[in-house]
Amino acid sequence: MKKLYLSCILLIPLFMSSQTDIDGIMMSKNNFCVGTVYQYSSWDKYWEGTFKRENLNLGTVSTKSIGLMGNYGLSDKLNILFSLPYVETNASAGTMKGQKGIQDLTLTVKYVPFEKKIGHTTYSLYALGSFSVPVTDYAADYLPLSLGLKSKTASLRLMGDVQSGNFFSTLSAAYIKRANITIDRNSYYTNNEVHYTNEVAMPDAISVNFRFGYRSNRLIAEAIIDSWTTQAGGFDITKNNMPFPSNTMNALKLGLNTKYTLKRIPELAVVGGYNFVTEGRNIGKSTAIYGGLFYVINFKKTEHDEKCTTKTCK
Amino acid sequence: MKNVLQKLVNKSLFVLLFAFSYSCSNDITERNENFTKLNPSNTDEAAGKWKTYLLTTPDEFSLDVPIATNTAAYTREINEIKSFQANITSEQKRIINYWAAGGVLRWNEIMRTLVARHNRPPYQNEDGTYPAPSSANPFDNPQFPFSNPPYAARAYAYVSAAQYDALVAAWHYKKLYNRAAPFTVDNNLQVLVPKSSLPSYPSEDAVLAGVTIELLKLLFPTEIAYIDGKAEEQKLYRIISGANVRSDVDAGIILGRKIAGKFINRAAGDGAGAAIGTPEYWSQLQTQTAATGEIPWKSQESPIRPPMLPLFGKVKSFLMSANDVIANRPVPPPSTKSEQFAKELAEIKRYSQNNSKKNMQIVTFWADGVGTYTPPGHWNAIAAESFAEQNYSEVRWARNMALLNIAMMDAAISCWDAKYTYFNPRPSQIDPSIKTTTGLPNFPSYVSGHSTFSGAACTVLSHIIPAKAKDYQAMATEASNSRMLGAIHYRSDCEKGLELGKAVGAFAVARAITDGAE
Repeated sequence: MKKLYLSCILLIPLFMSSQTDIDGIMMSKNNFCVGTVYQYSSWDKYWEGTFKRENLNLGTVSTKSIGLMGNYGLSDKLNILFSLPYVETNASAGTMKGQKGIQDLTLTVKYVPFEKKIGHTTYSLYALGSFSVPVTDYAADYLPLSLGLKSKTASLRLMGDVQSGNFFSTLSAAYIKRANITIDRNSYYTNNEVHYTNEVAMPDAISVNFRFGYRSNRLIAEAIIDSWTTQAGGFDITKNNMPFPSNTMNALKLGLNTKYTLKRIPELAVVGGYNFVTEGRNIGKSTAIYGGLFYVINFKKTEHDEKCTTKTCK
Repeated sequence: MKNVLQKLVNKSLFVLLFAFSYSCSNDITERNENFTKLNPSNTDEAAGKWKTYLLTTPDEFSLDVPIATNTAAYTREINEIKSFQANITSEQKRIINYWAAGGVLRWNEIMRTLVARHNRPPYQNEDGTYPAPSSANPFDNPQFPFSNPPYAARAYAYVSAAQYDALVAAWHYKKLYNRAAPFTVDNNLQVLVPKSSLPSYPSEDAVLAGVTIELLKLLFPTEIAYIDGKAEEQKLYRIISGANVRSDVDAGIILGRKIAGKFINRAAGDGAGAAIGTPEYWSQLQTQTAATGEIPWKSQESPIRPPMLPLFGKVKSFLMSANDVIANRPVPPPSTKSEQFAKELAEIKRYSQNNSKKNMQIVTFWADGVGTYTPPGHWNAIAAESFAEQNYSEVRWARNMALLNIAMMDAAISCWDAKYTYFNPRPSQIDPSIKTTTGLPNFPSYVSGHSTFSGAACTVLSHIIPAKAKDYQAMATEASNSRMLGAIHYRSDCEKGLELGKAVGAFAVARAITDGAE
């Protein structure tokens, strides 16, 4: 039974504090994993276009967030996930007031269409479809202290995972489609023109994520490389200007994640991690640290001991 | 069973993707794409006699007699139109649709774009000082200009006033030479825009292009290629649409350029070039305020930035004398030691702590800060959308825009005069726990620029379109309040600013009554 608990979601703090789960792990049928993660990220340098600079009128910009997350196994091959963060922003210098509030709800369907074991190696393929929607009326046009970009998004991610013994690697890529947003001004300047509308066209993005490391029933330790690239329709912050929601925002992140499932209470797992931006465009060079707890509730205990089909249940 | 589930999931993923592509494919229509083609109900035939700003007489600059419409040379010009029309491209159609909404309107929009593009404070040097933009070396870092609100107000005013004088001259020559429009001469000629009953020599659009490009070259020297491109479009639009022949356009450009010279000369000597002041003057402002026992304003930026255009209050106005500016100067702000001041500070602290969604929206809507067309630009946008409903002739468009923008330039002058006379600190300077929800401008508090601009604009617009007076008043009050809600101004700044703006606007209204257009 304890073999199941490992499959509780491992969180990857993604770009702009939205978090989703893109690991090669599934919850077994009728298991519900719920947890909360606290994250602190901050930066004191940012890229204005490609120019890396500081801004003494912002000092250190920090984002604290606490997220509620869950993952339910509809079947061993089909999981439903959600996450909902509460976010607080702050600038250590200058006069600008930070913001706080609940950000975007993300719902994800995760499906394993293919899984094959050859020798000691398991190959599997995943498809993840996600929707995110802002749940409060926060202002997107308040960068860099806004809670988020407020765009409804939809994304499709394809992911391949290889596990050999206790070592694994996972590669995935997603296309993120973003809906237009409305802002509280009825005109704005971007891409060299004034636009006479309160609607802003948001550029789409492509996210690529690679992770590798150790994965056993008790412990996961992995390194990640994550790249986020804004597609056509995004523009640079011009010299000494304010950022704008439809700016191109690119980031290359490196990080470490760990997860430990308690021996005594195998329903409970502790997660923690660290990541930082190494290269970026129109974003802060942020460093983030997070930690959280997850708990697994099994709604149909009897079925489980046999019905473990994913590779984590070896 | 497994297969069914698999199929179901595959299908739902497909539907999911399809749903997003659909929900996200919403194209945006911008308000300025919806303006209809200009088709004035009244051509203001007598506008050649309206009162000008700088021209001594409408024919101060001469314009050659046009060639007659029964000559072979004129026929060749008609043929040029026909040859364009025979091979018209979709890009040319786009140009026609864009410019046909009106030349004054489109140049005003282009100006707003230029202001927004250049409205960025210089980035600091390594040593913590700031470089200043230089009109002599406009491409240096930082580029010239930094089109902050006073710079923008003056720029909008010069262009609008020059366009107005140039169109009065154009109307004068139209009447004098009375040359028929090409479509009147040749009945077979297609016209792609509403036909005007006015004589077509010189082309009013070309006069506008001629006068505007020369002024914009002065005001935005790094943008000459962009400006020339727009002017070429406007000229082409008149010819391809069949509204003017080439000689109408050429004559208009020449006349416009000559008239621009007068405004350029005035601009060189109006004091704006020296408005930045000197380090000695900046420190003198501080010591002289401290000597009165008041707390002098201090830049809250890091590194400390010099105050914005401290001598702009000395710029020469079109309608107010230096004595008028002093006579209208607001009474001193509440002393920083007074009970009144403490009360006003506490009010702003409350706004800073408790900013409701509604308040945030008001603050953001009227912020018009860095990277925008500034508060005067916002009022130009409001005016343009109002005027577009009124079916004005080009010359009346120009006249109304000139009244509005001259009033806002006077608002900038009078407001900056007050700011640097009193050199009053911002709320966050006195109480650093006051956090703001909009950028804190780098100049003294009393009186509020937004309030002064808005008071002036609402006074002029209410005179021009009395039916909308209530709306303009409500907008001005909201724009003024937004600065308190954003925690960057005290109540006195806003209330006295609005009053000052209204007093300044009255100068433009007094002129409107007597300029011959009403």
